This record gives sequence, C-alpha cells and structure tokens, in this order.
Amino acid sequence: MSAAEEVEVVTEGQAVEAVPKRAMTLGYGTSLIVLAVLILIPLFVKNFIIFQMTMLLIYALAVMALNILTGGSGQFSLGQSAFYAVGAYTSAILMEHAGMNYALTLPVAGIVCFGFGFLFGQPALRLSGVYLALATFALATAMPQLLKLGYFEHWTGGVQGLVVTKPDAPFGLPMGQDMWLYYFTLAVSIGIYLASVNLLRSRSGRAFMAIRDNEIAASAMGVDVALYKTLAFGVSAGITGVAGGLGAIAVQFVAPDGYTIQLAISLFLGMVVGGVGWLPGSIVGSAFIIFVPNIAEGISKGLSGAVFGVLLFLVIFLVPHGARQVAIVAQQLAAKLKKN
Amino acid sequence: MELFANQVLAGIATGAIYACMALAVVMIYQAIDHLNFAQGEMAMFSTFVSWQLMQWGVPYWGAFVLTVAFSFAAGIVIERLLFKPLAKAPILTNVAGFIALYAIINSVAGLIWDFTIKQYPTPFGSSPFLGSQLISTHQAGMIGITLLMLVLLFFFFRFTRVGLAMRAAASLPESARLVGINTSWMIALGWGMAAAIGSIAGMMIAPVVFLEPNMMLGVLIYGFAAAVLGGLSSPFGAVMGGFLVGIFENLVGTYIPGVGNELKLPIALALIIVVLVVKPAGLFGRAIVKRV
Repeated sequence: MSAAEEVEVVTEGQAVEAVPKRAMTLGYGTSLIVLAVLILIPLFVKNFIIFQMTMLLIYALAVMALNILTGGSGQFSLGQSAFYAVGAYTSAILMEHAGMNYALTLPVAGIVCFGFGFLFGQPALRLSGVYLALATFALATAMPQLLKLGYFEHWTGGVQGLVVTKPDAPFGLPMGQDMWLYYFTLAVSIGIYLASVNLLRSRSGRAFMAIRDNEIAASAMGVDVALYKTLAFGVSAGITGVAGGLGAIAVQFVAPDGYTIQLAISLFLGMVVGGVGWLPGSIVGSAFIIFVPNIAEGISKGLSGAVFGVLLFLVIFLVPHGARQVAIVAQQLAAKLKKN
Repeated sequence: MELFANQVLAGIATGAIYACMALAVVMIYQAIDHLNFAQGEMAMFSTFVSWQLMQWGVPYWGAFVLTVAFSFAAGIVIERLLFKPLAKAPILTNVAGFIALYAIINSVAGLIWDFTIKQYPTPFGSSPFLGSQLISTHQAGMIGITLLMLVLLFFFFRFTRVGLAMRAAASLPESARLVGINTSWMIALGWGMAAAIGSIAGMMIAPVVFLEPNMMLGVLIYGFAAAVLGGLSSPFGAVMGGFLVGIFENLVGTYIPGVGNELKLPIALALIIVVLVVKPAGLFGRAIVKRV
C-alpha cells in the first residue's frame, strides 16, 4: 500500500513527461521528405515568404534549444529571449564594429551564449519547477533594460539598436539575398539538428534524460547531476544564441525591444505546441508562433490576443502532447490504411 | 540620517503596492502550488470592472464590494472551466494555460476599455498624510487595507472550519480527502479568494500607476519578488516581503549611483535570484521537505 502510494507521488511530482529517446526524432524516410520540401519551397514563392520561412527555421532552432533543456533534462526556462538577445547582439556587434564575416560570428555567438547559459545554470541548479520558471522569467524581463544601459551604449547603440548589413550570395551564385540567407540558415539548422539528435543519443543525452526522469536515481547511478544540469542550460543557451545571431542577420536590425518577455513566451509556447521532448515538433511550434498571431489578427483585429489565447487553450485541451500526438495518430492511421 | 528615514518611509509607501499583489500571489500558491502568471491581468480586469461601475454612477464603496464579489465568482468560474481539467497535467501545460489566460484577459480588456490611460479615484484622498510629504493619505489607506486583509486572512485560516479545510487540502490532499474534505472545491475557493484579493490590490494600486490594460506587468514581477522574499507559504511573509522590496528598491536608487528607473526591473530580478539561491523558503516561509 505504502509503496504504491509513493510511486504515485513521484509520478505526480514530475514536471515534464518522460519521452523515450527513440520517440524524440523522426524516421529517415520522413526526415528526407521534410528536408526535400524545405529545399524546394523557396524556388516557387515570393521573397517575403522566403524571409518568413527563414524566420520559421530560426525560431524552430530556438524552440529546439528549449526542447533540449526541458524535454531533455527536465528544466524550465521562460528566459530564452535573454540568450537569443545576447546571441543577436554578439553577432551584430562583431559584424558592425569588428567587421567580421557574418558566418564566422555565429560560432562566437554560440560560445558566448554557452558561457552565459552555463553561468546562469549555476544558481538555477538549486531551483526547480515553478521557481526556475520564475527566475528565468525575471531574467527575460530584465534583459531589454540591461541592453539599454548607458555603459554599453557605444557598443549596443542603446535604445536605437544596431543596423546590420544583409550578406550577398557568395561565389557569384545566381540567387537573391533572401534566398541565399534561407539556404544558409537551412544548412546551419540541419547541422545543429543533427548534432542535437546525436547529443541526445550520447552518454550526455542519456544523463540528461536520467535527471529528467528521476534526479535521485540518476545521481545514485553516478550521473554528475550539477554538471549535466548546467551543461543542458549551456547547450540550450548556445543554440539559442546561434539562432539569435541568424535572426539578427535576417532581420538586419537589433534593438532591445525586439527581445522582450513576449519572445520568451512565444518560444515556450512553441515548445508546448510542438510537443515537449519531440525535436521535429520544434518546426511545427515555430510555425504556430509565427503564423497563428497573423491568423488571429485576420479573424479579429482588436481581439488577436484573445483569439491566440483561445487557440492555445484548444491545443492544450485537445492535443495535450502537441504535434507529437498528431504525428503518432497520423502514423497509426497510415498503418491502418496500409493493412486495408 | 533624515534622508535615510525619508527613503525608508517612501519605500514603505511603494512597498504597500507590492505587498497587496504578493498577498494574492501567495494565496493562489497555497491553493494550487503554482504561480499564476495571469494574476496581474485578473486584477487589472477587476479594476476596470469597478471603474466601469463607477462610470455608471455606483458610489466607490458600492463598486468596491460588487467588484470583489464579481472577482471571487470569476476566479471560481475560471478554475472550474479551464484549470480543473488540467489538474493532473504537467506543470508545463499549466504554465501555458496561465499564459493563454493572460493573453485573453489583456486583449479583451484592451478591446472593451481601450489602451488609453485613465484616472482612477481613491477613497482616501491624496493630501499629505500627517503632514509628511513622502506619504499620502491614499498610500496610508492602502497600507491599512493591506494589513486589514492580512488580519482577516489570519483569522479565516486560523479560526474557521473552511479555513482549516483549505489548509488541510493544501498540505496533505489525500488525507484531507479521507476525512471528508472536498479538496477539488477547496482549490476553486482558493482561486476565488486569490482573485478577490487581487481585485482589492488592483483597486488600491490603480490610483498610483493609473488604469490601463498593461498596468500590472511590472507590479506583478515585484509582487513575485516580494512573495519569494517573504516565503511563498506565508501570507504574513508576503506582506513583509512587499514592504522590504519597496524599501530596498528606494534605498538602492538613492545610495548606489547609476541606478535609476531603467535598472528597476533588473533589481527585482537580482533580488529574486539571490533569495531563491540563498534561502529558497524565503524569510518567513516553511522549508518544504519532500519524501522520496
């Protein structure tokens, strides 16, 4: 009796549902189809849509970074916009003040953010669940204010922000700036996606998941809980930083008010909609946060926030596991059709 | 020395705002173990309702009572409709729900009452309190109301059957259910009370920060900071935390050069993080020991 009760307590106390690691990725066939679609679409659409698709990939990267942190190691963050901002500013400052090549600024942004995330992970170690959500929430709210500070104005441009020049396609490739940037972003995204999948399959990834599922059991098995929790924060922040750098290049502009708590909340919602712990869901979540506000505005201009909220509630109630659940149902349907 | 005393007094005056909000935050945390990120928006909506009632000619205290009753009912309805089905869901889903609620309330309030800043009346007048320029009668009244709410809450939890049942449901749900307490309704009651306290906070704060749909965001973060500082499990701690945060904010602004308005939010952030790291239970909270 008492044993059964304790088991129940443990499952109830879990912040994040446990996703087996095989369920975290797509099969090869599906991956290739998605990749082909992503490569082909820009050839047929207008520049503005290409730009939106670039943003789709960038946010998908940021959502995936959060997914590694939450779905992988079971830690919350409502403060991803802070890491995104640091990445964006690192890239912008290096390009505009140091004249660095845009592609080279990305690894720097990633490393800077990794360090920042790793350091922030230290105090976060002692927090869990709602306390961690609160601490990161505070970080995200404070970030725009820090960026506006007079001390850094020479570098950050203060409230005005910085303008970034858009790169041209190299080697005389016959494509416009938008299209080149899209393919560049796609290449970076694929690289990071593959690296993340590998990370989660590696020893470190298994350590993350062990901590997520049961911290005490994990430490009893010899997992260095403190190290891996801060590491997860660092990796997540690093990827978010690269996404932020790409975002700065794509939007050609960084300013403190572009990185408010709104962005952090969007990324968080993207993760919930895409399915926590399911990496490919990140792109679905990213589509949700980019396009649904537009759709909501189309339905009712004054009430766009309310429509967005209602849609979010619908997602929570109807498909609590997000896009992953839809994918599983679709898979089962397909299997049934094959049988018939 | 006089400067110091004055700043402390001014800090207590601003702290009353945070104390009000922190009380609502602690109330809901006691009932559901979550921080409701939509708490500030719920309070803002209630304040608008009271403003609307006054526009229709209802006297201040009439509008006050009606609004508190409305907020109590609305809090219960929100819990029954939206959050009861999520009771077993992971924390993550609940947080997403709070954010959705935030977006809905903010947008609806903006549509009904638009985003222009409105004056909000105070029942206490705004002349200097006891001849002091630093603290107005409104602020003194606000401190009084906050302390009154605290005392009422204390008596409610200490000496009534319902209060006892709520405490039982919050600390040991299973055992509470076994002795016949309807724990699910206790949670709804907690939502209702948090909404009611929030509405009072909103009506007290509105004359200071002016009424508009986004008035609560900054206040809510300070309310969180206050609640965390005082301890999320203690209403008394939350109120003390509110005053301490107010005093701290004023003293830092006075004595540390370079800290102006622009650094106010980072200060709240630093405070939250330092408290959470050094003393997670807060100054007056109970440390929660978990059995595994």
